[in-house]
Amino acid sequence: MAKTILPYIISGISVGGQYALIAIGYTMVYGILRLINFAHGDVFMVAGLMMVYMAAALPLYIAIPLMIILTVFLGFMIERVAYRPLRTAPRMSVMISAIGVSYLIQNLALYITGGLNKNYPAIPWISDRVTVFGMETSRVTIITPFLTIILVVALVQLINHTKIGMAMRAVSLNFETSQLMGIRINNVISATFIIGTFLAAVGSMLFFTNYPGVVPTSGAMPGLKAFVAAVFGGIGSIPGAVIGAFIIGIAESLIKGLDTILIVHGTITEQIGFATFSDAFTFVLLIIVLVFKPTGLFGEKTTDKV
Amino acid sequence: MRKDKPCVLKVEDITMQFGGVVAVNNFSMEEYEGEIVAIIGPNGAGKTTAFNVITGVYAPTNGRVSFNGERVIENFPRGKMKKAYLGQNAGKYTGHLEPTPDKLTALGMARTFQNIRLWKSMTVFDNVLIAKHLKRTSNLFSATFGANRVEEQMQREEADALLETVGLADVRDELATSLPYGKQRRLEIARALATEPKLLLLDEPAAGMNPQETVELTKFIGEIRDQFHVSILLIEHHMDLVMDISERIYVLDFGSMIASGTPAEIQTNEKVIDAYLGVTDDA
Amino acid sequence: MKQVNASQSSKKSSWISFLITLAFLALVFCLDQIIKPTNKMYMLLTVLQKGSVYALAAVSMNLLNGYTGLFSLGHAGFMLIGAYTYAIFTIPSSARDTVYQYFDAAIRVSFPEVLSNMMGPAGTALGVLAAVILAGLMAAFFAYLIGLPVLRLKSDYLAIATLGFAEIIRAMFQWQKLGPITNGSNLLKSFARTSKFKLEVGDTKLVLSTFVPVLIATASIFIIVKLVNSTYGRAFKAIRDDEVAAEAMGINLAKHKMISFTVSSFFAGVSGAMMAMVLSIAQASNFKSAMTYEILLMVVLGGIGSISGSVIGSLLFVAASEWWLRGLDSGTFLGINAPGVFRNGFRLVVFSIIIMIVVLFFRKGIMGEKEISDLFRARKKKARGAAQ
Repeated sequence: MAKTILPYIISGISVGGQYALIAIGYTMVYGILRLINFAHGDVFMVAGLMMVYMAAALPLYIAIPLMIILTVFLGFMIERVAYRPLRTAPRMSVMISAIGVSYLIQNLALYITGGLNKNYPAIPWISDRVTVFGMETSRVTIITPFLTIILVVALVQLINHTKIGMAMRAVSLNFETSQLMGIRINNVISATFIIGTFLAAVGSMLFFTNYPGVVPTSGAMPGLKAFVAAVFGGIGSIPGAVIGAFIIGIAESLIKGLDTILIVHGTITEQIGFATFSDAFTFVLLIIVLVFKPTGLFGEKTTDKV
Repeated sequence: MRKDKPCVLKVEDITMQFGGVVAVNNFSMEEYEGEIVAIIGPNGAGKTTAFNVITGVYAPTNGRVSFNGERVIENFPRGKMKKAYLGQNAGKYTGHLEPTPDKLTALGMARTFQNIRLWKSMTVFDNVLIAKHLKRTSNLFSATFGANRVEEQMQREEADALLETVGLADVRDELATSLPYGKQRRLEIARALATEPKLLLLDEPAAGMNPQETVELTKFIGEIRDQFHVSILLIEHHMDLVMDISERIYVLDFGSMIASGTPAEIQTNEKVIDAYLGVTDDA
Repeated sequence: MKQVNASQSSKKSSWISFLITLAFLALVFCLDQIIKPTNKMYMLLTVLQKGSVYALAAVSMNLLNGYTGLFSLGHAGFMLIGAYTYAIFTIPSSARDTVYQYFDAAIRVSFPEVLSNMMGPAGTALGVLAAVILAGLMAAFFAYLIGLPVLRLKSDYLAIATLGFAEIIRAMFQWQKLGPITNGSNLLKSFARTSKFKLEVGDTKLVLSTFVPVLIATASIFIIVKLVNSTYGRAFKAIRDDEVAAEAMGINLAKHKMISFTVSSFFAGVSGAMMAMVLSIAQASNFKSAMTYEILLMVVLGGIGSISGSVIGSLLFVAASEWWLRGLDSGTFLGINAPGVFRNGFRLVVFSIIIMIVVLFFRKGIMGEKEISDLFRARKKKARGAAQ
């Protein structure tokens, strides 16, 4: 039994780590702007595509940093062009703008790639196959959770012990008051987008290494799931997003393998097709959380004033 | 006090606790038909919270509200509150009634808001007409397919008549939010009246008004009571207005009631003066 | 006096709108007879067919997002339910076993077949209509179940929860275990479709391929307009403008939100059924959240809170993407021949840039919150003003 489940758990932890890196971008942006940045998943996809094109022309030690820089620049520009002009607009307008950006990025990617699947370049060392607990997997599966945790710890330090981190916390508590206190809101928001997209860029390397390739819609599902992870953990909370992401990653991986696991275990004799629901499960979880504990695992409760 | 008249509103031992903060503590009051009653108190005394409890926005932690002799709201410390409850009279109430505000409006309570809440994208006329929605007898289908034409026409006429009475007929087709402040307040009251209430609750109706407007409003509130046969409960800071029109006053301070009585009694009450002017520790 | 005038003028303008609608329907009917599939202008009919599907979808979304202020992103899910319901109940028994290749079809009723056996040719039309209405009812029923938990959620949480439900619906319809009903992840085909809609009068065959979808959409939108202008529509707007005030004025939030949600989903289901009959296939994998986003963008293009705006927005959207901007994909556009730039996908890029420009700089869209009938009224008022 354990032997059948273990590979699914390990790959679940790995996928969870990748979701976590995307989820942080969502949760930080939501914490500050109260905006679901629908384009975030697509930025993640663009990071993957850029890697494909750049690795073909440049050596990896240039391609990787360049890819990260360009992705961060993209995230920064999206905020500048599509969200900043709507700062005083109703929240619905900003959300529509985010959906519009997502639509634009996907169509642009469709045009450039011609809709074809682009093979992700093999990154030496992390793509190598290794054997752990008697099962073969790529090294990226093993290092993802550790790298995620290192990055999250670094981020938490940044938020708790630097000036910009303090400004971020202030802005997420109260937008208007922070402005009155002399915090440069726009800088804080830009910094948030930069950090969020940086983590998504790193996440994209880990994610796509394990997948056959990148297509224009590759970012949509991981993006949505990462967002759900952020809601699950309590939106605005970084540790919440990370824990939520690991839970979703593991659960999803287990559901994908549930047929096999149950057959090996002898509970069922034929495929039931649970794998169809591996994506839908995330949303079931989301709805359960929203209905029973809308503030998520670590979110704070707020009351409306009449 | 008009004790000979039936009791419209009876509030018993209302306590509202948010986390560890008791915003309203064991507040009781009564209002009789046709009365104008005021709740006053310094900022943060819990007046608006009490208002929100009576109108169903918040469920009280403990206590009961009866309207027209019918028990409409009742609660007692339950769940997590059972241990955390800091108020009094725990165990006195055992019922659980937690209606949403619209149910209470349907029974005959209507309110205005401290920070005006008109429907922004709509005209003055539509603001009043929508409040008539409550009184419809048509269902979704008859309304959609125009089978309620008579009722619709009647409601439109009633809304126009109401605007005429409150003196807003000339701005009927203006956007509600384009009106001057004083008229917006007046419109909010008209909108509340459109629901045909028995009890009208006004949350700081004179907030932000100049003395001239306040005088007009005072007159207006008196007129409304007589014309529409409503009882009025109001929260107010303008003492001129309160002392002028209310028949009885309840004074809240730090969530608790410190005095109640006629305006003359309240004006000379030591506790009230202390609450408003502050009292030194060694006094 | 003034009020009487206002209501008279609104009555007049609604009569004008009604006549224009009738004239439009007649025109579509004629076009259906004149333009043959081989004609270059046949694109116009394609646009009208798909446009009417999207127009209804957009208007029904607008009812929810624009009029009630409920930001829901579950539209594709309800359209899927509508498309499948329609398809399943109109597959003729002769084709059923070929369609359900890998399954033993569980639902063995075809409305058009049953009714035409009973009442002849008119029964076929009635059967199609019954299937369309059932499609709407199924969508509304699912919406009711989904609405119970999610309508309590606020703005963006509601958006993400409805998006989630749409994904769950899609997964459910693709589940192999439901194959006997939904055909699993395989597509449904061979059901009653617009390309076969004809009216036989004696020896002449009248083509109805475009007329039928346009008629269904027009009738549905007409009902939505009636609803929006009724006392319920006003209550929806009150909820949109200020929920707290609406509740305090006696509007039952849970009930009215549910009405708006189920009615919107009913018509989403109808538009899904229309989509199935226009495209001749129904497949769950087509109803992704991207479809919801596209419909949302049509609504935004036309103006959130304007029904005529949604219709214009979706017709423009479909015409631009299916017809006018085609050249951007196939090498030559406006006489410029640049196959290197104008290749597959360029159309959508240009298109999404246009949409972003609307979203950022023309936030009110084409119509803002106005309706076409308002334009007649405004002109008349001006004329009257000038006369005085």
